[in-house]
Amino acid sequence: MIALLIRDLRLAFRAGGGFGLGLGFFLILAVLVPLGVGPDPATLGLIAPGILWVGALLACLLSLDRIFALDHEDGSLDLLATSPIPLEGVVAIKALAHWITTGLPLALAAPVLAILLNLATPGFGVLIVSLVLGTPALSMIGAFGAALTVGLKRGGLLMSLLVLPLYMPTLVFGAQAVTRAAQGLDAVTPLLLLAGITAGSVALLPFAAAFALRINLR
Amino acid sequence: MELRVTDLTCARGGLPLIEGLSFALGRGEALVLRGPNGSGKTTLLRTLAGLQPALAGEISCPPEQMAYAAHADGLKSTLTVRENLAFWAAIHGLREVGPALEAMNLQDLADRQAQHLSAGQKRRLGLARLMVTGRWLWVLDEPTVSLDAASVALFAGVVRAHLATGGAALLATHIDLGLPEARLLDLSPYKAAIPADLGFGGFDGDNGGAFL
Repeated sequence: MIALLIRDLRLAFRAGGGFGLGLGFFLILAVLVPLGVGPDPATLGLIAPGILWVGALLACLLSLDRIFALDHEDGSLDLLATSPIPLEGVVAIKALAHWITTGLPLALAAPVLAILLNLATPGFGVLIVSLVLGTPALSMIGAFGAALTVGLKRGGLLMSLLVLPLYMPTLVFGAQAVTRAAQGLDAVTPLLLLAGITAGSVALLPFAAAFALRINLR
Repeated sequence: MELRVTDLTCARGGLPLIEGLSFALGRGEALVLRGPNGSGKTTLLRTLAGLQPALAGEISCPPEQMAYAAHADGLKSTLTVRENLAFWAAIHGLREVGPALEAMNLQDLADRQAQHLSAGQKRRLGLARLMVTGRWLWVLDEPTVSLDAASVALFAGVVRAHLATGGAALLATHIDLGLPEARLLDLSPYKAAIPADLGFGGFDGDNGGAFL
């Protein structure tokens, strides 16, 4: 399993691997919003939590279809399915690799972009914590969506339609936690709910995704 | 331990392709599958490898004992030959890739990225993967595609060495591999009859396979 994680990370960092794709998208989005909304600090500060969370969510979405599609194209997925590693483990590891190359960099870069969007200072810590807690769910739910659409030609769009509604709870609680913290309120409850969604996704979705993969490989 | 297939029916896209197929394959033996295009060779091999369920019949050997190689080699173009092979070795709990590289004459290419290999070299790397699975039964779908004559002979030697160490191989191929000891199995007699009520049945339950 470690070998699979190392391979996926190595592939992501090599040329054409897509590392930095989500991060670049996140950066551009956060730069574009003040240009569109206008430079008023109060307005920007108000919408900053929502913009940052929506941006992180879309940045995650961007690289989701690579999770299984590339392995399906070159036959690796068939071979992994016949390997000693259970397919549930393959799904979990590939979601983890996606999170390390997408979610984690987003969480670390978010405070820098929060300055651009004039987020109130008390929100910075909670922004990082909420993204670290919430983005694993984005990767895991995304892996499930990618598994559902793996055999389809141009399944990326369908996958977005399937995955985005499932992202809603994570978005609501993530943005809510940052909003509350920025206003100086207690953000523990939305953070706990966020962690709960992530824990639930990580516990259940590998099985659902592996089931979907088995059907799509037939 | 041997592979024993009894009265197997396998389907492709819901349609039964092969019906009533039975054969046995013991250690040290090779079996070559023959049959025209569309006769179900790939479907049979995928069924044996556990990638799709059989409609009926029994397979005595669990997929965990088979090393499956298909048309696609499962190579990553930005990894080197050695990295590709070492990955599959690690997945199967092995470390040593040197002998496999040597057997398929890849040692000079070991540090090249797979994207810079020719089709035949990629195929050789795909076949070298079999040797790092540590599994006794090789299930191979057209293993010699894009190999030149010398590489086919090289591969035949690898298969023979595998058989000599107690392995077995089930190969679907159209060409002569140079394995005179291999038995032949022609799939054409096992072709499934296409149900007459195709497209109408299914709802009454007796043709439910079409909707799987």
